[in-house]
Amino acid sequence: MTQIVFYVFATVLVLSAGMVVSARNPVHSVLFLILAFFNAAGLFLVAGAEFLAMILVIVYVGAVAVLFLFVVMMLDVRFTQMREGLQRYAPFGAAVGGVLFAELALAFGHWRIAENIADVPHLVPSPGRTNTAALGDVLYTHYVFPFEACGIVLLVAMIGAIVLTLRERPMGRRQNIDRQHERTAAASVEMMALPLGQGVTELGGFRRPDKSYYVASVPGSYGVTAEAVPQAAPAGDDRHGGLGQ
Amino acid sequence: MTGGLGSIGIGPYLTVSAILLVLGVFGIFLNRKNVIIILMSIELILLSANLNFVAFSSALGDLSGQVFTLFVLTIAAAESAIGLAIVTVYFRNRGSIEVEDITMMKG
Repeated sequence: MTQIVFYVFATVLVLSAGMVVSARNPVHSVLFLILAFFNAAGLFLVAGAEFLAMILVIVYVGAVAVLFLFVVMMLDVRFTQMREGLQRYAPFGAAVGGVLFAELALAFGHWRIAENIADVPHLVPSPGRTNTAALGDVLYTHYVFPFEACGIVLLVAMIGAIVLTLRERPMGRRQNIDRQHERTAAASVEMMALPLGQGVTELGGFRRPDKSYYVASVPGSYGVTAEAVPQAAPAGDDRHGGLGQ
Repeated sequence: MTGGLGSIGIGPYLTVSAILLVLGVFGIFLNRKNVIIILMSIELILLSANLNFVAFSSALGDLSGQVFTLFVLTIAAAESAIGLAIVTVYFRNRGSIEVEDITMMKG
């Protein structure tokens, strides 16, 4: 029974891997890649590595393959011209692959596990532990430094992907913090003495001159002209004394 | 010596893994038009390495292989993220991801 399951998984895995490299449409390639990952997870289950099987489904199918699918669909690639060079390079690739497979077969044909392999200290899971618990026992003791190095690698990859794809686009109106701090209350707020029963509308309103806020915004940000508007000289006659009143 | 693998043995696992590796290498040579397919072929090659790790780990009753499979999974995820970011930036600059067009470094 186990053998039947193994050979079903292995057959579908090999066939879908072949379709990944030979499908005409890249979207189909990604979908066959997902199928290949599912079947590889099945092979992991047959071998008794349940945790890795679940990780393969979650990480690969859930994240990596969907990332591939996203990129394939985001890039507007012409699929019709996609496979033009197929016939030209197929014999060369087949030759390289055939040589590699023959060498692998030769290596496997004259290969065996050493008889005294039991003398080497093994990380044997303690009896009664599940696969996940045993893996955790090993991962956080013997392999804690490689584990943390993996975390650093993932951090670097995340930062690298963000840095590579980040585009400076004027999507927001950002403040120039220094200029904003330099502004005085007199330059930004106008205080008016209002007689009783009269609103600011009758006095001409208190709207600041248009684009006067440009002095404090980053040049080139959204809606702001590229060159910074020179800041108006601080008003000598501080009529209302700023916010202090 | 086939402790955890039961009646299957390690040979079929290694055979499947070798076929996967060869298919991945074949895919790299076959696809001269699309860089993304090449990235997927690299994923296939790393998957074959994982399959070998798990098979030997199960056959020898040693957990180290499964731990290293975890590490390989991590590196593969980082690699595909960086690779796809590079492909995206390249497509934005050149409007094409054909392998034959990538000749800027050619002397």
